[in-house]
Amino acid sequence: MSLKNLLEENKGKIIAKWFDAIIETYPSDTANFLKSQENRFANPVGATISQGINNLFDIIMNGSDNEEAYAFLDNIVRIRAIQDFTPSQAVSFMFFLKRIIREELRKAIQEKHIYEELFAFEAKIDVLASSAFDIYMKCREKLYEIKASELRRMTFRLLQRANLLSEVKGQDSDFKEGNDG
Amino acid sequence: MAKLPKPEELSKIDLKPPKTDWMDTPVEFKEDMYCWGAKGKNLKVVEFPNARDWSPKEEDWKLPENWKEIVMEAFGDRLSKYRSFKLFMDICVRCGACADKCHFFIGGGDPKNMPVLRAELMRSVYRKHFTTGGKIFGKTAGARELTLNVLKEWWYYYYQCTECRRCSVFCPYGIDTAEITMMGREFLNLLGLNIDWIAGPVANCYMKGNHLGLEPHTIKNSIEFFLDDIENITGIKIEPTFNRKGAEILFVTPSGDLFADPGTYTAMGYLMLFHELGLDYTWSTYASEGGNFGFFTSNEMGKRLNSKIYAEAKRLGVKWILGGECGHMWRVLHQYMDTWNGPADFLEVPKSPITGTVFENAKATKMVHIAEFTADLIKHGKLKLDPRRNDHLKVTFHDSCNTSRGMGILEEPRYIIKNVCKNFYEMPENTIREYTFCCGSGTGLNASENMALRMRGGLPRANAVKYVHDNHGVNMLANICAIDRATLKSAMEYWVPDVQVCGIHELVANALVMKGEKERTLDLRLEPLPGKAEKEGNE
Repeated sequence: MSLKNLLEENKGKIIAKWFDAIIETYPSDTANFLKSQENRFANPVGATISQGINNLFDIIMNGSDNEEAYAFLDNIVRIRAIQDFTPSQAVSFMFFLKRIIREELRKAIQEKHIYEELFAFEAKIDVLASSAFDIYMKCREKLYEIKASELRRMTFRLLQRANLLSEVKGQDSDFKEGNDG
Repeated sequence: MAKLPKPEELSKIDLKPPKTDWMDTPVEFKEDMYCWGAKGKNLKVVEFPNARDWSPKEEDWKLPENWKEIVMEAFGDRLSKYRSFKLFMDICVRCGACADKCHFFIGGGDPKNMPVLRAELMRSVYRKHFTTGGKIFGKTAGARELTLNVLKEWWYYYYQCTECRRCSVFCPYGIDTAEITMMGREFLNLLGLNIDWIAGPVANCYMKGNHLGLEPHTIKNSIEFFLDDIENITGIKIEPTFNRKGAEILFVTPSGDLFADPGTYTAMGYLMLFHELGLDYTWSTYASEGGNFGFFTSNEMGKRLNSKIYAEAKRLGVKWILGGECGHMWRVLHQYMDTWNGPADFLEVPKSPITGTVFENAKATKMVHIAEFTADLIKHGKLKLDPRRNDHLKVTFHDSCNTSRGMGILEEPRYIIKNVCKNFYEMPENTIREYTFCCGSGTGLNASENMALRMRGGLPRANAVKYVHDNHGVNMLANICAIDRATLKSAMEYWVPDVQVCGIHELVANALVMKGEKERTLDLRLEPLPGKAEKEGNE
């Protein structure tokens, strides 16, 4: 039996543990809510995490392209990037999967000597975890960009009215972007 | 620079939150989550107490020595003055129905953003000082002293509530948690503990009539700028009037729409609509603000800033007042203006000069929301509309908290949108109408230094927008609130970047076929109308 079969067989259990581990990074009152509220619009954080890790798991297991994983990773990291987490805490949820698989499948992996497969699988997780950090950085940059463009939107009309825009022609495209964006 | 942790340290992240009870978990001020403290000069202008420069980051908040007496005296005073406040302090059974309904809690996960807990921050002090049980049993009865840390906790969390009232929709007792926040802010203001994003606009509004501090010539000048764009688009030269005595209608709208895109397009929409109708109306450079940030400081300040609207209506001798697309402006006008500064017995019950409809619902305030006015025009077939001009848009509608929950404007905007564009998609049921999610930046929290807070608060709304974007290709989020237009744009940039934001009168004006207009090739954003770009290219 290959690692893939093992993962498929234990998917439900692994995903449940992975979900719990992520949810436990929140305060306990919040964790109860994130776990129990099933409506995706009433509980977007819980729903995004749950849907995201299910898809991420399948993508890694099936060896699909990382591009596909990116959108799901983005959904989760985008949320954690503005919550009460340090950068490492925000992206560490990918590493949880390694720990959980080792705990859950330790015995079977030992028996079947499929370490090579496990290492390859874990390497994929590492790649995604690095991508998660890229996404985190982009999200944080976006926050600051939004702050800047709000200011730009407020001042654009003022400058236009004061006929000052010709003096900052070099930045004209920048203003336009904020204006139209 | 922070010490770089070793790999083994990194792997031992303690993800468990502190296991202390909420009362024993001291408030921690986190970056990007709170606004700058109010500047002394802005508090001084309106004679707010303890005007001085201060920073929430500093240990010393420069409070008066007797700060506690000041708060407790005000607490007692408001309890006797407002029966609702007393009830809201007493009757909560902590059933938890509201707990998971707040956008800040849903998006951020901080338990103190559960409305019940946010209210407990104040109730605990109430119990200690105003109930026998609390005085005797103390903490076991959920009571605690008002200490400096408690005061700081109040400040941190009462400026993390947008008074949207979604929680109150779910409360079986009808407790309006927004009013608890209002009280919290009122007490804090007695100590000069405001945020500058509110105090600045309040000072501006008091001195110059609007939040942005625009002087009369600037207002006129901004509007003239729109007129040039409108002439470019339609070939029609519009000539609105300002401060004109004897006009039938006074038009009041939030000043934000005069300056920041995309609100500016909504303002252009008003100008075009009124011109097409030949409406006998005037703008005012004195009552040049529909919004009321004073409402986010104290009852008294809200009243003072609001008074200019009736005063100006009286001075100009108009018959009634028409108000633009705004959210909290309407909560104030609809629920407070009449008792604050009324009765407006010098005005007439608003009657549309175009359709003859009498707005009985505005009998007391004499002020009509433009969504009601325009929906009535469309219903009577008074507008020639070409909805194809909005064919490039797939629109959804965000109910603003104040107009939906505060005054029940649910159908009019939808009716208008459906008549001016063909592609309209509702967001999921539990996120619209009275269940609508706040933009996350209302009640003066639309500053930039608290951007992470705003994005958290905007998540539930954005999540529903994302759903209609993914499933129906929605690319335009329409609304009838100036703060929404400014802040949802940012929320969309972060959460659903392909979705733009607009006011509904921008859509109306795009579709409006005006008498004597040239063939339109551009929309109000000066972008090509559907099918027109290719046509121009072929020519």
